[in-house]
Amino acid sequence: MIKMPLPDREVLARRLEIVAALRKIVPGEGVIEAEHERRAFECDGLTAYRQLPMVVVLPQTTAQIVEILRYCFVNKVKVVPRGAGTSLSGGALPLEDAVLLGLGKFKRILDIDIANRCVVVQPGVTNLGITHAVQTHGLYYAPDPSSQIACTIGGNVAENSGGVHCLKYGLTTNNVIGVEMVTMEGEVLRLGGKHFDASGYDLLGVMVGSEGLLGVVTEVTVRVLPTPPGARALMIGFDSVEGAGDCVAAVIAGGIVPGGMEIMDRLAVEAAEAFVHAGYPLDAEALLIVELDGCEAEVDHLVACVEAIAARHGATSCRASQSEAQRLLFWAGRKAAFPAVGRLSPDYYCMDGTIPRKKIGDVLRRMKQMEAQYGLRVANVFHAGDGNLHPLILYDANKPGELERAEEFGNDILRLCVEVGGVLTGEHGVGVEKRDLMTAMFDEIDLNQQQRLKCAFDESSLLNPGKVFPQLCRCAELGRMHVKAGQTRFPDLPRF
Amino acid sequence: MGVFQPSDEAQAAEIVAWAAAESQSLEIVAGASKRRLGRPPHADHRFDVSRLAGIVDYDPAELILTARAATPMVEIEAQLEARRQMLAFEPMDWRGLLGLENEPSGEPTLGGVLACNLGGPRRVRAGSARDYFLGFAAINGRGERWKAGGKVVKNVTGFDMCKLQAGAYGTLSVLTEVTLKVMPRPETAGTILLPSLSDEAAIAELSRALNTPFEVSAAAHLPAPAARRSGVAAVAQGHGAVTALRIEGPAPSVAFRADAIEKLFGRGARLDAAESGRLWREIGEARPLLGAGAACVWRLCPTSSLAPAVVSDLHEKFPLAEVFYDWGGGLIWLSLDAGEAGSDGGAARVRAAMTLAGGHSTLVVAPDAIRAAAPAFDPVEGALAALSKRVKTSFDPCGVFNPGRMQEGQ
Ligand SMILES: Cc1cc2nc3c(=O)[nH]c(=O)nc-3n(C[C@H](O)[C@H](O)[C@H](O)COP(=O)(O)OP(=O)(O)OC[C@H]3O[C@@H](n4cnc5c(N)ncnc54)[C@H](O)[C@@H]3O)c2cc1C
Repeated sequence: MIKMPLPDREVLARRLEIVAALRKIVPGEGVIEAEHERRAFECDGLTAYRQLPMVVVLPQTTAQIVEILRYCFVNKVKVVPRGAGTSLSGGALPLEDAVLLGLGKFKRILDIDIANRCVVVQPGVTNLGITHAVQTHGLYYAPDPSSQIACTIGGNVAENSGGVHCLKYGLTTNNVIGVEMVTMEGEVLRLGGKHFDASGYDLLGVMVGSEGLLGVVTEVTVRVLPTPPGARALMIGFDSVEGAGDCVAAVIAGGIVPGGMEIMDRLAVEAAEAFVHAGYPLDAEALLIVELDGCEAEVDHLVACVEAIAARHGATSCRASQSEAQRLLFWAGRKAAFPAVGRLSPDYYCMDGTIPRKKIGDVLRRMKQMEAQYGLRVANVFHAGDGNLHPLILYDANKPGELERAEEFGNDILRLCVEVGGVLTGEHGVGVEKRDLMTAMFDEIDLNQQQRLKCAFDESSLLNPGKVFPQLCRCAELGRMHVKAGQTRFPDLPRF
Repeated sequence: MGVFQPSDEAQAAEIVAWAAAESQSLEIVAGASKRRLGRPPHADHRFDVSRLAGIVDYDPAELILTARAATPMVEIEAQLEARRQMLAFEPMDWRGLLGLENEPSGEPTLGGVLACNLGGPRRVRAGSARDYFLGFAAINGRGERWKAGGKVVKNVTGFDMCKLQAGAYGTLSVLTEVTLKVMPRPETAGTILLPSLSDEAAIAELSRALNTPFEVSAAAHLPAPAARRSGVAAVAQGHGAVTALRIEGPAPSVAFRADAIEKLFGRGARLDAAESGRLWREIGEARPLLGAGAACVWRLCPTSSLAPAVVSDLHEKFPLAEVFYDWGGGLIWLSLDAGEAGSDGGAARVRAAMTLAGGHSTLVVAPDAIRAAAPAFDPVEGALAALSKRVKTSFDPCGVFNPGRMQEGQ
């Protein structure tokens, strides 16, 4: 288990005073203090980690957020922002000595601007809520995390969330064009807007994916896109995952960027088929789902191209959807893969590394060896287009030691991802979960540079501490220049 | 003033560490094709990183390209072309615009394109350089070699430092190796030309076209004077304004969508793939304004739908001004007559016009004296200025890199 920073006794002692101060800012039910009510916020989607927050505050206006953060800044109280609490990496995990700042009441859609294809929303609006607001205009918001009914756009911005369509349409960062945010010191900043790019440093670009460490997002402007007129899916069976991976490589090398490409291994296919009866081929070692979207002429043309590529790459079966209902059925199994795997085992632990796709064979072989070593099974679903693995480690938390074994297994998988040239997380974020693995990917200089950026935004290190970085920021020390004039030798280098 | 030309990353880092310790500043240069972009920096030495060049790894099936930062764009583009791939943000060559066409030096490099975060006509649909920038190795202002991001297309590990380096004009770190996401090149392309629309009508039509599901991949409007200067016959000989919509993709799809667009917007001339390529290259390079004898060229990024209002305000202030629109109105290229522009290159009046529309403006071409005096980029103010300064310091505490390139002191 990852250790969180020790709580500050002195802050805990001031708890009632802090609660009273927050009540002055947010009157009525917006401050939650009773233990049984705070309980509802004790974890996010990484449920193995739980911590009762010191107090929960649910403001309704940016002005209140400004006051809350100013108060906390002046009084040295830590703050953890929270959207819907679906983070799978513990980003919204409360701290014993921190205010949990929930954005659940920021639910308004502020502006639907069809001419400029953008929507301005408050951060507590759900991902799917944005699409609902514009779909009558033939538009939609492209990034589609599986949690899209529940997760908030503020959480998506913080995590730079993806989904099955991001190879073609990008992650959150490619679809968010503006934010309003409040810094830990209580300053309101506007970054970007409805226009393209911005002058000055691309601070919007670093806010997206900053996991609640740089500021609290209070408004988001997203780009929306015309809904593709149609889509068809292919369901292709292979007798090995490598075979499926090679087919994906051939599709891309053939110049096709499908809307989505997903691979499931045998265990995931069996679980999904038993759950939703999508007609998945149970004799296949791997199932590849390819979705092509666009106008009919394009979709039909590309379906034929992909069928031909699949045949050349040893597909054992290949079916293309002939109706919208059938397309949805093909997807139903994939979409239900997590709960379906959940039926195989009391608990599962979802990993999120990305690898160069060509390493899929190696990685799966090594994972098989680890299954034996840890005595735990793994089902694999895989955003194949972009190499984003979601190994689901099956375990039973009630059996002593299994959670710890599952965590160690997960860590080994992620180290392996880095070893083969990949990364620790493709879309779920570092949070608490992968915090201590950051050193597998970055050295001290890299991490210091990241932390210096954190210090530029939040010198007090009060915003969401204990997440992302294995060590707490020591801003004063990091800011110091250790070189002294005259001590470095004059570089003996070519000069002209 | 010396010139340092490191032969590898270790040497480069040593030079920066020395500069930081000795309070010396460095102007980072690779191809020098964009030296005239932004504010002229005042550095003690020239830091020529052009030897840090060469493609390190290109894997078409993974959509990944890693190259040392000073790799010339021609080399990158040749490799991509051979595998029928591309940089989707359509980086453009501004040597003509910046008056470097007849100079021997000035090869655009990949690092320069990223540092300036440039994106061509496809930006309206596909994003900018920053959207394809996946990872890098760099040297910070302390002379430390550091890295961020990764070499895979999907990654959220740590802060997204790529975004910050893109568009920082080399003021935060020296990029030494960069990794990008590349995309398949569309099989074919075509452009539909709609004749004789007013600016207002054209921008409304472009918006309507971009809102159709027919995947318009570029959308520009050339008022009559700009259209007349086009090297594409069908555009130049239209005797009036030309509004252009590009469609790209597999051949059957392009044919279908072009027909669908014509059904909605009326029949116009159609450009085939070769002519279409020529037109959009010209638009990306701002060539429709180059013959205007301009003293000052501005690049404005307003909220798209408000672009015609900005332009009509600018025409009142500068009767001789010429413009054309790209990105469905999200980009206005503006060329000002020397006399009308005045000693600040028109900065005060242009920026006042832009307050209508949000967004931002960049003075791209101007005589040196004006470039030194007028802020090329919009001045950043208030809390944002303070934060930008802290961000700069967090990478380059001694102010070694490109001093003053973006703002006074930055
Ligand atoms: C079943 C399931 C499926 C999922 N599928 C996907 C998927 O396909 N793709 C994917 O990318 N993710 C997926 N996720 C992960 C998760 O849904 C996303 O990370 C989501 O963006 C989190 O949003 P949230 O509103 O729940 O944020 P929270 O979990 O509440 O918070 C996440 C982080 O954001 C910060 N934060 C929240 N709001 C703000 C704000 N306004 N300002 C600043 N910081 C803020 C928090 O401090 C925390 O660090 C899935 C999760 C579940 C449970």
